[in-house]
Amino acid sequence: MTDRTQQLIADLVTQLTPVRPLRAPLARAATWLAVIAVLAALVVMYPTRVLHRSTYTLTDVELWSMLATAVLGVIAAFHLSVPESSRRWAWAPIAPLIVWVLSSGHSCYRIWHAGVPATNLPAESPECFRFIVIVSVPLAAFLLWMLRRARPLAPLPVAFTAGIGVAAASAFLLQFFHPFDVTFMDLAAHLAAVGVVTGLVAASGHKALG
Amino acid sequence: MAAAQRGDARAYDDLLKSVVPFIRALLRRRIKSAPLLEDVTQDVLLSVHRVRHTYNPARPFTPWLAAIVARRGVDALRRGGRISRLETQDEDAAATFADSEANNVLGSHDAERELEELLAQLPDAQRQALQLLKVRELSLAEASKVTGLSIGALKVSVHRAIKSLRAKVERDAASR
Repeated sequence: MTDRTQQLIADLVTQLTPVRPLRAPLARAATWLAVIAVLAALVVMYPTRVLHRSTYTLTDVELWSMLATAVLGVIAAFHLSVPESSRRWAWAPIAPLIVWVLSSGHSCYRIWHAGVPATNLPAESPECFRFIVIVSVPLAAFLLWMLRRARPLAPLPVAFTAGIGVAAASAFLLQFFHPFDVTFMDLAAHLAAVGVVTGLVAASGHKALG
Repeated sequence: MAAAQRGDARAYDDLLKSVVPFIRALLRRRIKSAPLLEDVTQDVLLSVHRVRHTYNPARPFTPWLAAIVARRGVDALRRGGRISRLETQDEDAAATFADSEANNVLGSHDAERELEELLAQLPDAQRQALQLLKVRELSLAEASKVTGLSIGALKVSVHRAIKSLRAKVERDAASR
């Protein structure tokens, strides 16, 4: 062992302070998801404006894949934040994300195929975009605050999966206020918002967690 | 490690000292350079200190440490790759500075001494004009006041001095 390494060890030992071991990633992810679920339930129970509902509602596949993207994105972020977890967790939210996008696209096709006139479809795309982006801000802040405790060695995959999870969670919450079927424009707005949120959380998270 | 998490300095000291050979052995598979190996070993120790709270005492310590070593090893290799892409190897650099003859040639080009020798060979008026205007960088008006020569005479002196120096340098270079 070189003198420099010995000196470093001596310095680290001098700086040693007691630390509380971090809880398991799954337990921490469950905490975040539970807090968000409770807050969402409170908001949903509060009287609110329900937007126009068309005869075309979201399919179960869309809803479940959206929720799965959110849950797996958040769980993956917590797993990736600690050294020992497999880096394959970064792929966890990708499969449900693809299913979500494809099923939304299929819904758009159904509307188009049914020949519903454009005038009968609500034009709420900008509101959808704003909702997802605005709701994502507190969700992302809370998530990054929790992830920061782990001081991840590789912050980018953590921030990226966290971004996907937060964007999907916001899109899922949107369904309580936006219970009508998606149009092409809605799908574009959802995807743009998910992309923007994922990018912003990945960029800010990379700095915040680094 | 569990004791270190509770703040036991002696246990932490023993642990860090005992894991250094293990860290080196893992890194040696990827890193051949001894100085880099030492740097990355220290980087791993710093990382262990930074994320020691992420170790779960209920689980084995070695996989946790190996994951940190792997991460820091990859980081070092990526950093090395980025540096090597940005830097250019000068293959002649070693030959230039290791070769004794090259060093002698470089030594003979002692600019200050050579300039003094060259200036000494010039006529007084030319030498003085050159020193004032080119070495001390005075203006023509200032040099005129110092020497008492007209501005035109100074210009002519400098022109002739430079012409003489150029001829002398070219002769020297040709004779080498």
